[in-house]
Amino acid sequence: MNCTDSRSRLHAYLDQELDLPGVLAIDEHLASCEACKAIFARHFALQSGLRKHAAYFTAPATLKERIRGVIGRTPRWQQPRFQWFQLGAAVAATALVSWIAAIQYNAPPEAEFLAEQVIASHARSMLTTRLADVSTSDEHTVKPWLSSKLDFSPPVTDLTGAGFPLVGGRLDYLDNRPVAALVYGRRQHVINLFVWPDRRDRSLPMQSLSKHGYNVLHWINGGMAFWAISDLNAAEMKAFAEAYAGAK
Amino acid sequence: MALTRVLADVSVAGTKPGQQHRSEDQGEALNLEQRARVRRFEEVFVVHLDAAYDYAHWLTRDERNAEDVVQEACLRAFRFLDSFRGEGGRAWLLAIVRNTYYTWLKRNKADALSVSFDEETMMANGCELADLESTSGSIDQVLQQQDARRLINGALDQLPEEFREVIVLRELEDLSYKEIAAIAKIPLGTVMSRLARARKLLLQHLQRA
Repeated sequence: MNCTDSRSRLHAYLDQELDLPGVLAIDEHLASCEACKAIFARHFALQSGLRKHAAYFTAPATLKERIRGVIGRTPRWQQPRFQWFQLGAAVAATALVSWIAAIQYNAPPEAEFLAEQVIASHARSMLTTRLADVSTSDEHTVKPWLSSKLDFSPPVTDLTGAGFPLVGGRLDYLDNRPVAALVYGRRQHVINLFVWPDRRDRSLPMQSLSKHGYNVLHWINGGMAFWAISDLNAAEMKAFAEAYAGAK
Repeated sequence: MALTRVLADVSVAGTKPGQQHRSEDQGEALNLEQRARVRRFEEVFVVHLDAAYDYAHWLTRDERNAEDVVQEACLRAFRFLDSFRGEGGRAWLLAIVRNTYYTWLKRNKADALSVSFDEETMMANGCELADLESTSGSIDQVLQQQDARRLINGALDQLPEEFREVIVLRELEDLSYKEIAAIAKIPLGTVMSRLARARKLLLQHLQRA
């Protein structure tokens, strides 16, 4: 890639409208071109400046009430009559609260610490130019490659059918040991799935955590610990984890 | 709903089934349908009221006018509720806000349209710097200043409307090119070129600050 190509894709890159190979090509060019790097850096600074400082005007409460009034709405809490959807909402809310509580209270400090490591690892992988050591959607290439470098064999499945194509695999270091990092794509988003044998061979149902704008899912199954992380929304992350767990 | 219907039946149990019973029943059903629509409106659109208001505020640059535009837009959205299918409630509402704004603009500010931005004129006036590479001021320095907030908002305020709106949709609402294209009714390529121009103008403005 030359400077003209790289600069013509500056905005698409900045706005995460490029596919993963496109992003990697730009990263590679930026690593060796100071002039382009400076232009990209200036635009990054502008983008983060805008996101940090630009005024976000929130709708005044009076406006909300006025709109509700205009479309003929009486506030729900003034309706004396019992409605089934209210029961449904209450049940859903209770389930949600207990689910959140379960996440918050089940997570031991150790897991908390690991979660931080996973987030840092993911963030680091997004900054560097090499997201995958072996870039292929072929699970039969990724799995043997990882197995040859590690003392275990991680389950690797291409999930293109479920909308999460396998991008490749990478070695990483977490929990004081080398681990497998499987890279999946979803639109412009990247999902890192870290896999390694659990120390104590436990079993743990899926837990979720939201931190620093990332959604993290963690579960232990069949002696393997799984940590999936991405900036994808929670629902799609759950779909990913279910597709992965179901495919094995 | 089932329980409500039972309650309605119970309440008229003393009266003989007849004309009155039937009309009450119909009224109840209509009422429920209306409530269901209102509820759907809350779920699909009212949750995006902040986004609608923020966008309207950046378009009108005025609190009162933003409120008027959003209220009118919500009424329209409510009217078209049945033609709304599935996902993308925020983008749909923002598109309506935009339409409402331009209708409102024509009605209230016929004179304001005359100062609408003309890219050619602006370039002819030399507002366009030769190249970003040649600008020497550091954007980082600007952003570290005490009044970075004022400078950024001032720069946004001065952007011509076409550019301000794509930047607001992109950076504040975090919408994709596809969504912005649908809202502003412009091709994808135009979204990108407007964003590029908007950023160029913002950088020039800020680096001069």
